Amino acid sequence: MPVELVRETSPGRIFTVTIGASAAEGGTRAKTITIGGHGALPFLPGDAPSPHRPVVAMEVMDAVPAEWPDVLREPLADVLDSPADWARKAVEVYGADLVCLRLFGPHPDWKDTPPDAAAATVRAVLDAVPVPLIILGCGHAEKDNDVWPRVTEAAKGERCLVGVAVPENYKTLVVACLADGHSILAESPIDVNIQKQLNILITEMGLAPDRIVLHPGNASLGYGLEYEYSIMERIRLAGLQGDKMLSQPVLTIVGEEAWKAKEARLSETAMPPWGALASRGPAWEAGTAAAFLHAGADIVVLLHPDAVAATKRTIAGLALAASA
Amino acid sequence: MFVIGERINGMFRAVARAIQQRDGAAIADLSRKQVAAGAHALDINTGPTADDPAEVMAWLVQVVQEAVDVPLSIDSPRPPVLAAGLRACRRPAIINSTTGAQSKLDAIVPLAVEYRAGLIALTNDERGIPRNAAARAEIALTIVARAMEAGLPTDQLYLDPLVLPVNAAQDQCEEALEAIATFRTLCEPAPHILLGLSNVSQGTANRSLINRTYLAMAMALGCDAAILDPLDKDLMDTIRTARILLNQEIYAESYLQSKPA
Repeated sequence: MPVELVRETSPGRIFTVTIGASAAEGGTRAKTITIGGHGALPFLPGDAPSPHRPVVAMEVMDAVPAEWPDVLREPLADVLDSPADWARKAVEVYGADLVCLRLFGPHPDWKDTPPDAAAATVRAVLDAVPVPLIILGCGHAEKDNDVWPRVTEAAKGERCLVGVAVPENYKTLVVACLADGHSILAESPIDVNIQKQLNILITEMGLAPDRIVLHPGNASLGYGLEYEYSIMERIRLAGLQGDKMLSQPVLTIVGEEAWKAKEARLSETAMPPWGALASRGPAWEAGTAAAFLHAGADIVVLLHPDAVAATKRTIAGLALAASA
Repeated sequence: MFVIGERINGMFRAVARAIQQRDGAAIADLSRKQVAAGAHALDINTGPTADDPAEVMAWLVQVVQEAVDVPLSIDSPRPPVLAAGLRACRRPAIINSTTGAQSKLDAIVPLAVEYRAGLIALTNDERGIPRNAAARAEIALTIVARAMEAGLPTDQLYLDPLVLPVNAAQDQCEEALEAIATFRTLCEPAPHILLGLSNVSQGTANRSLINRTYLAMAMALGCDAAILDPLDKDLMDTIRTARILLNQEIYAESYLQSKPA
């Protein structure tokens, strides 16, 4: 019996956001990335084909956390001390679509790196790779507010995605992004109302709603994933219904949370039935990323090269199935 | 909530003057103000005019669609004036309006089909204004049946339960509300249900308060469109708030600061 598929049409459309600026656009990127533009739930081209498929960003840090497991250190051991080399390897060897640079160093409890040093790191990474850059602060509100203006200025015109703006601390970042032509990553603690609230406040300051990307919180497989999944889905549905303050593309930072899971860390002697430790962490990342792709993530930020490869296969497979 | 701005109407003195002097800038300005305030469509009514109303209608349509890019509601009791307005429209319009009277339906339903327009239908007929919700529903059914016969999709219909001024026909405010719930079940896809809102407060002292109170009540029962004054900020804020309370829009503390959908 032939099955007639139910097709849905939506009045709203997710904003299209471009990250990175070419020379013609005032930057120096050989490659730019465009995300969003969806008129339907993910991978349902019968409802409305998505013009832009999700992309993979690889995380690069200016300071590596001491508690990083060996499985994560090994493939990157030769570049962990140099963000520029790390970024180059991420793009040239592992095929990352863009680089997500984390500036942990400036945190007062860590290295307390001065703002100028952070800005120099950003410039070095920009010079090392042709792809667009996502730049994340250290999370210490006061220090971030010192660092952000210097960093956005060092990357002026490159149309980076800079974050994270949170309800308690967004004004300095908005001003810096407005001044230097960047877009903003807006984060809420897995709460759709607060996410909307933050977007309203940011746009009230004059940043256009199509220069915002959403980061609806942190979770990983087995550790809050369902909750974040449902929030992401609710955001997409609200956007498709025409709510302009929830019509932004979505980014998820997968690596950090996935590598906190005990499944990614416990040794083989402690938990023999779980199998090889070397494959568990990447699998946890890739599994989490796959779920978020189904919920509507436009950018997934990953740590381990194997997770990057697996996620790129997932995206290609989903896009192929969706175009069949 | 589909908001049709009511201000381009020759009944207003300033608009009548603009029409008389063919002051396109004044009309364009009023159009832009209404859309900026959140109107999704604009009603165009020539009002009583000494000139040829069909020609005035076409002129107004041209001026308004030069200024704003929203659908227009062509408002006239006279089919030739409606046709002149529809001809001038660049994008699908809404006809305002037919009633349930046979002669009206005969003349206006074919226009809606021909111009692929939405159709506002008042639930009165040859017998006059119905006295209760059941009589309104009966007329609504006649209108729906005629639309289906003619091939007009029922989601292009905007059924108006006919609100009367509260100071003249107080009991009819409740009857009209009751009719809203009935209208929704008449066909699939459900018709839109539209209020000519300002009528409810005609001649009263607290027009804005009465308008917004009534609209909130009607929205809860399923009213999803209204012809109203979008420049009444309290009214527009009430719509946003009702949408939040009906779970049609996601809550945020500063929801009133954001642009409406």
